[in-house]
Amino acid sequence: MSVADADVVEQSASIEAKTSAVALPVAIALISAAALAWQLLLMRWLAIAHWHPFAVMIISLALLGHGASGTWLSLWLRGERRARLERGFDTAFATCALLFATSAAVTLVLARAIPFNGLELVWNWRQLLWLAALYLTLSVPFFFAAACFGLAFVRQGSRIPTLYGADLIGAALGALAALAASALPVQRGLLIAAICGPIAAWLVTRRIALRMAASIVALALAMLWPTQALAPLPNEFKGLSKALLLPGARVIAESEDPYGSFELVESPHVPLRFAPGLSLSHSDELPPQLAIYTDGDAMSPIVRDDGHADWQWLDDMTSALPYRLHTPDRVLVLGSGGGMDVLQALSLGARQVDAVEQSAQRMHWARDVFAAYSGHLLEDRRVSNFVAEPRAFVRDARERYDLIVLAGGESLASGGAGVQSASEQYALTVEALRDYLSTLTPRGMLVATQWSKQPPRDELKLFATAVEALRDEGVGDPARNIIAIRNWDASTWLFARSPLDPRSLAALHRFAERRGFDVVHAPGWRARAHDRFHQLDPPTLFDGVQALLSPRARQYIRGYRFDIEPASDDRPYFAHFFRWRSLPELWRLRAQGGAVLLDSGYLVLVATLVQAVVLALVLVLLPLRALPRGAGTATSSRTRTGAYFLALGLAFLLIEIALLSRLTLMLGHPWLAANIGLAAMLLFAGLGSLHAQRWVDASQADDAALARRIAWSVRAIVLGLGWQFVVFVAAHELTASWPVAFRALAGFVGVAPLAFAMGMPFPLGLARLSRTAPSFVPWAWGLNGCASVVAAILALLVAISFGLRATLMLGLALYLLAAWIGRRPV
Amino acid sequence: MSGADARAGFLHRRAIVKAIVAAIVLSPLPVLSFAASARQTAPRADRYAGPRAALVAELREQSRGDSDGATRIDPAVLAILARVPRHEYVPASERDSAYENRPLGIGYGQTISQPYIVALMTTLAAPRAGQNILEVGTGSGYQAAVLAEAGAKVRTIEIVDPLAKQATQRLRRYPDVEVRNGDGYYGWKEQAPFDAIVVTAAASSIPPPLVQQLKPGGRMVIPVGSSFFTQTLLLVEKDATGRVRTRQVLPVRFVPLTGGP
Repeated sequence: MSVADADVVEQSASIEAKTSAVALPVAIALISAAALAWQLLLMRWLAIAHWHPFAVMIISLALLGHGASGTWLSLWLRGERRARLERGFDTAFATCALLFATSAAVTLVLARAIPFNGLELVWNWRQLLWLAALYLTLSVPFFFAAACFGLAFVRQGSRIPTLYGADLIGAALGALAALAASALPVQRGLLIAAICGPIAAWLVTRRIALRMAASIVALALAMLWPTQALAPLPNEFKGLSKALLLPGARVIAESEDPYGSFELVESPHVPLRFAPGLSLSHSDELPPQLAIYTDGDAMSPIVRDDGHADWQWLDDMTSALPYRLHTPDRVLVLGSGGGMDVLQALSLGARQVDAVEQSAQRMHWARDVFAAYSGHLLEDRRVSNFVAEPRAFVRDARERYDLIVLAGGESLASGGAGVQSASEQYALTVEALRDYLSTLTPRGMLVATQWSKQPPRDELKLFATAVEALRDEGVGDPARNIIAIRNWDASTWLFARSPLDPRSLAALHRFAERRGFDVVHAPGWRARAHDRFHQLDPPTLFDGVQALLSPRARQYIRGYRFDIEPASDDRPYFAHFFRWRSLPELWRLRAQGGAVLLDSGYLVLVATLVQAVVLALVLVLLPLRALPRGAGTATSSRTRTGAYFLALGLAFLLIEIALLSRLTLMLGHPWLAANIGLAAMLLFAGLGSLHAQRWVDASQADDAALARRIAWSVRAIVLGLGWQFVVFVAAHELTASWPVAFRALAGFVGVAPLAFAMGMPFPLGLARLSRTAPSFVPWAWGLNGCASVVAAILALLVAISFGLRATLMLGLALYLLAAWIGRRPV
Repeated sequence: MSGADARAGFLHRRAIVKAIVAAIVLSPLPVLSFAASARQTAPRADRYAGPRAALVAELREQSRGDSDGATRIDPAVLAILARVPRHEYVPASERDSAYENRPLGIGYGQTISQPYIVALMTTLAAPRAGQNILEVGTGSGYQAAVLAEAGAKVRTIEIVDPLAKQATQRLRRYPDVEVRNGDGYYGWKEQAPFDAIVVTAAASSIPPPLVQQLKPGGRMVIPVGSSFFTQTLLLVEKDATGRVRTRQVLPVRFVPLTGGP
């Protein structure tokens, strides 16, 4: 560099110092927004390409990039380099911002090329390597985004709360932006996030070369906009991929909304034939169908009605059972999808059908765009359509129904090998079934059809959940209110509000006998095993149903090798069946097909936690060996510092994840809840952090005062958690009828004080550390990042095993621990 | 020696030990394989004979462990598996895994089933020499080859054209196997009725035409589940009067209740 160049740099440095007061927090907010939007949209990208639990695993581990960045900074920024950072901060920051954007696009292209197949994990160890390659690749953008924050914290220690506040508020905006971007194909949302990188770089630097580089990166990213280079490639074993292999099959419509990415498939040469529980006695062909796929799976059909269709097949499915007992006047179909259950209700005599569908897009296709195909099914004068969350709709319903159909198509049946086991399903809990039952007329019935699994899991769990709901509704002997029948592939479960009368039972026997269905349970009915049409060996389903109705039900559930405990709003994981004690035997039997019983979703989470802990330990312990051993950094102090930031990192995410889950109940969908909840949490935590800056400014030399503020903020967290409990309970009772925006607002109100308080202890601790041991600041930042990753997975595992309330309490206990540690200098 | 060198040395020693152990374990296998290879298709220079015999020995062991006989594999089926070169029915990239007891991807969203499942399905289908058998979902062609080795006439239908073409090539050596590209839903009316029908693709429905094309007294076997994971095998039996019943056979002998009532 020449002298003249050095002068230019000097001058520009002084100008930068003046502008960075505003530009830096804005740039940090921008990078933070981009990184969070990237994270959320990448989760959707991965869920489309693979399956949801693998998406959770990959993204969790990729987020360790945050921690790795803290480790790298604490190792790299020593001695002379630290002094150089004083001069070249803007260049370093802008370079990291540009590398974030560049690596974001490049790693996505690489991720498309990595042949990871989660379904093979139990069979093929090479898949573990592909999995590792995938998450290590995807961790790179997070590494550079977090490096921007770490550099800023090191450079401007006295402004940490402000910068941390900007980080959190930016992240909140990123969550909202990701929600808005869900109307776009996911790869375009990701591109917008990446383009924030060069903008942030431009804001911070005044060097021409870097600004040129920023422009080139932005332009290159913009040129990717019309291409499919970053679009997710669905796994070849997903339903959509397989359907598209049929000769002539093609996607005729594509769209996105917050509930998923949808594809509508037409197969003109090989008809699609979706008919769960269709009797073997039915020999006619089914009418043609179009298939709606959500995230490349979970097919829901639109059935063609050209005016000449024969609807006998709808009467020959197990799901026709309730219509053959009494013809219902009013039917409510929850999860109407493409409308097959509505068609069944109308063709079997219902006078009025209310169809409830969560996704406006799915409803739009079924009702409007492909109305002519379905014979204007959903425009029929007997049909009323509602875009609503099923449970909220039921809680708000003034009507009483003769029949409620829990449709939901494939979503009611958990996927292959339990890959959905960590997903919340608030539509299938004891409390949900009570909501449905109380919306029925006195002789009304609730009906659900499930795919069969052997040994039975979903069916027995649904049954156990319904029995408990009936008991809670005051039914003394639920056995008299329940009928279950099964075909070879699926079973239909009917729960009535009142005991079933002899006429209904006679109709049941005629219906089942004619169609070759077996009665699993009916009041006063005991079929001989060898009379069954569809033999089960062993007949666990039949025995289990009787056991669950008997006084030994608790003992049976405890002794069962799978988790069939009734699902509740506190543990809303209907598809979780895994029990540790079954693992050794199933693993041993995997060569005989035991792997299918492993319920891999939960195991994937456990494996993720193990890897995250190991990697986090490496990332946290590695720099400790290299960091200086000066004043304030004695071993006991290091341990205290580590424990303080570890406890905070764990606590924040444990509470956040549990709150997002509880918010799902209020808002109806995990994606909405994640975005709105994250936005609320981060926004108010950011405001809390900004508020903490005032305390730091006001107590420049007084460490004890900051310690008192930490204790104060933890007390505020305790109160905030109490407030959140009250608001969420009240909102659940009162806001069911409110539009989703108002329910989201109630969620905001519930979360705000808690999040505000949760935003304080971390920046206050960092501010104290930047005074006593500034070289430890990036390490503490990295430690917090690692703890967050571990906590996000831990939160899910704790919630699945012990419930959401327990998860919140654990988070609170960790905050109290942090406050206790924080009494003395960190 | 640096840490890295020490590690490399350790790994190297481990590799040698593994190679020796493998050599000891596998050394008797060519002998076993030779005994079972009376009709082996490619007896010369078959470097897969050892792994194939090991696989068959593993399947025999598993079958022996089944005390109640519900999932006992017919020894004749095991003898067939010892003859059919599975490695010729998998993509070149998967050949070294061909004799592992697990399903493998063969492209086009399809898999070649786990050998244990193939053995069990063949046992349930009970093919006999001269029988007329329909297979729906040719895939790689391996199951058709196994049925043909039992002496049956096999008609097999595959819906994915490139897979049908590949399988036609592979199955040329069996004059009694006929491959067709088409929708298996309608069966093969011209060749009906069938003594047995084997549906190789995991099915979500039982096509009525297949039931109609099954002889009275005939058996249809269908795997139920998803790619890579066969939940159960469904045995559809049509009695002399034409009445149809099903029986679910759980491949894994796993009792779901412990210590309960």
